[in-house]
Amino acid sequence: MPAPLIEMRGITKSFGAVKANEAVDLSVAPGEILGLLGENGAGKTTLMNVLFGAYAPDAGEILVQDRPVAINSSADALAAGIGMVHQHFHLAPRLSVLENLLIGIPGRSGRIDRAGGLARLAEIGRQHGLALDPDLPVSALSVGEQQRLEIVKALFRGARLLILDEPTAVLAPTEVDGLFSALRSMAAQGLGIIFISHKLNEVRALTHRCVVLRHGRVAGRVDTPASTISSEMARLMCGHEIVPPARGPSTPGPAVLTLDGISTSHHSGMALRDVSLSVRGGEILGIAGVSGNGQRALAGVISGVRAPDAGRMTIAGKAVSRFSPSAVQALGLGRIPEDRMTTGLVTNLPLADSMVLPRIGTVAFSRNGLLRQDAIRTFAEAQIKAYDIRCPGPMTRAGALSGGNLQKALLARELAFDPKVLIVSQPTRGLDIGAARFIHEKFLDMRAKGCGIIVIGEDLEELLMLCDRIAVMYEGRIVGTLNSADASVARLGLMMTGAEA
Amino acid sequence: MFRLEARTSTPAWFNLALPLLAIGATLILCSGLIALAGAGVVEAYGVMFSASLGDSYAITETLVRAAPMIFTGLAVAVAFRAKFWNIGAEGQLLAGAVASCAVGAIPMPGPLAMLLMALAGAAAGAAVALIPATLRVKFRVDDVVSSLLLNSVIFYALMALIEGPWKDSFSGYPISPPIEDSANFPVLLEGTRLHLGVVAALVAAPVIWFVVARTTLGFRIRVTGENPEAARYGGINVERVLISTALLSGALAGLAGVGEVGGVHFQVMSDISPGYGYSGIVVAMLARLNPLGVVPAAIFLAAVMTGAEAMSRATGVPAFLSDVIQGTALLAMLVALLFTAYRIRRVGIAK
Repeated sequence: MPAPLIEMRGITKSFGAVKANEAVDLSVAPGEILGLLGENGAGKTTLMNVLFGAYAPDAGEILVQDRPVAINSSADALAAGIGMVHQHFHLAPRLSVLENLLIGIPGRSGRIDRAGGLARLAEIGRQHGLALDPDLPVSALSVGEQQRLEIVKALFRGARLLILDEPTAVLAPTEVDGLFSALRSMAAQGLGIIFISHKLNEVRALTHRCVVLRHGRVAGRVDTPASTISSEMARLMCGHEIVPPARGPSTPGPAVLTLDGISTSHHSGMALRDVSLSVRGGEILGIAGVSGNGQRALAGVISGVRAPDAGRMTIAGKAVSRFSPSAVQALGLGRIPEDRMTTGLVTNLPLADSMVLPRIGTVAFSRNGLLRQDAIRTFAEAQIKAYDIRCPGPMTRAGALSGGNLQKALLARELAFDPKVLIVSQPTRGLDIGAARFIHEKFLDMRAKGCGIIVIGEDLEELLMLCDRIAVMYEGRIVGTLNSADASVARLGLMMTGAEA
Repeated sequence: MFRLEARTSTPAWFNLALPLLAIGATLILCSGLIALAGAGVVEAYGVMFSASLGDSYAITETLVRAAPMIFTGLAVAVAFRAKFWNIGAEGQLLAGAVASCAVGAIPMPGPLAMLLMALAGAAAGAAVALIPATLRVKFRVDDVVSSLLLNSVIFYALMALIEGPWKDSFSGYPISPPIEDSANFPVLLEGTRLHLGVVAALVAAPVIWFVVARTTLGFRIRVTGENPEAARYGGINVERVLISTALLSGALAGLAGVGEVGGVHFQVMSDISPGYGYSGIVVAMLARLNPLGVVPAAIFLAAVMTGAEAMSRATGVPAFLSDVIQGTALLAMLVALLFTAYRIRRVGIAK
């Protein structure tokens, strides 16, 4: 067996009283794709940040090709041949692809080596199927292309080991296939790859070996993920069995949300064209589609942040005359946004503030312009308890919470006021199995209580499991609606490319 | 070797420790300049301290000087909370001074005059602050630039006024006519300059703290400042919040001018403010935008200003040192703020 590219021995890292990593051993051989599996907060990202030089470990050592090295910065890591693609990209949006590639690369006699850069970019693109237009500004790239640029950047800097932190969380299903074939091509040429994920099917499809972390420790090692059953790996991750919730029959009531001929202009992203749909109380309607086909505009109109140019919308039987977040909320709409950090929560303020934000002007939380401090705190504490939100208390900075706990907090703040309609985008993106399961159960609870729910998503298996009906969006219109019983991943996938139902 | 590492939380005692750290670093750094000027460091700082805080009269003088900076500090703190970058407290102060002087020159019963002066000054300051806020909300004009440049506009408008229609025709000096004697703010301690405006400033700080921490307006200001997108989706009218913040901020800066006219100078001249509006930025940063912290921060800067003059007379160190201390304190505080997000760790040398 060849010497490992890198080896981590006995890595321990604590933040205050929390042990994020404890005595973790891990190694990657040339040509190997190693899966790093674990729930949110299991210590995957911390471990990789230690390897990439963002944190100094409290104990343990890192060996590169059998020699111990000290990695104190990303520059050290790059010098040791380690490249990392973070969840959030580190690109300069106004600069071109080529310029981003050349940032920090010493040129020849003070001049940027443009020709050399172009040649390398073309070569890497050819080798691994990672083609990019060198002159496009990064702001014009799709998320998948930006990720591709991050990978190319790492290779450009001579990385022999590539770390990818949940790379598929931001990709559409079709883009995932492209990423996987590029990663396989790199491994075939002797690069080592660490693939961080909590999606079992991806780890099984892609990796040669995988390490499962739980509570900062290695919970298990799986030598042949492809032939190991998912439930066994899930048990290693969570420490117990996970059973998907069952969607029982329901008796839908009258329509709680209707859209009739809604169209929007091209403002940012795909516009809506003559969209009509309705959701009944006690029903879950899925909106499937490749992202960028108008889902954002649809969510914007329903949440009241974007007024349509044509068409009518009703909530709980009342016509929406003014499109504003507070107006639709007053009619009984609850909203779980796609992007928790930017449009949902205020990360720098106490969690309690985020939890009361949409209703701060109501008598529940203020009177005569004065905040009801006790009511706010009592509400936040009650929700933290009811939803098992893991945090020191309501005054904790919201940004300190993990993604799953933030999603629970958003869910708590909306559900506490019994919305008649709930609009949800990508409800479990980035969440681990346990947290996703919890969110699904809550949706089914709300459905049983007579709430109408719209779930916008790309994960077709999730939609099929949750929804009573699924509508498919393509280029700003609804191309068809199926009952879940009649739908399948294959059929929905076909419709998502624009084919009629 | 040392390196910075991201923190997951910030201990509460940092709110007090960081400003003290910044002030300590400032005094150490500036002692080099004192030594360079040929004076004893301990002696110079000693004179500074006794002249600003050494006896009760010195303390009242320092408080009189702190009052306008409490108001401008509050103005900046409120604005920065909403991320409305009001660098225009200086111009808003001058506008408040001019308006209150115009009102104070009209004969009327004293208490009524003082009340109307305060209202007029606050309104004038708010009106000036409304300009950059409206430009930002309607046309996305950068508020740092517009509010900063307006300071010059207001200053030269004031100069035009006191060189023109308000010019003292008897002496020929470019100073405005004085306000009515009855409109002079009462002095609270015989033999000092401690006037009603100082008390108003000390009361304003907890009032503004209450507004920011305990009212829905304050909640909206905080949320809008930290994440305008989440605020918008949460049903907050972000534009309206920015305008309200600007009006509040400008009114507070305007009140700084009112205090200077009603309690200190009783008229308007070109040097009525030695940069109190800009000092307000230093005060607000030292206070970490906490309205209660504005009071000690303003008193610190006022003590430096008062003390620097006495130090200059006693030791020959130029009084400009007070400006240097102010600037250094702001830079030191900005550096110290780094420690709220990062910790320093010692690491081994990379091979």
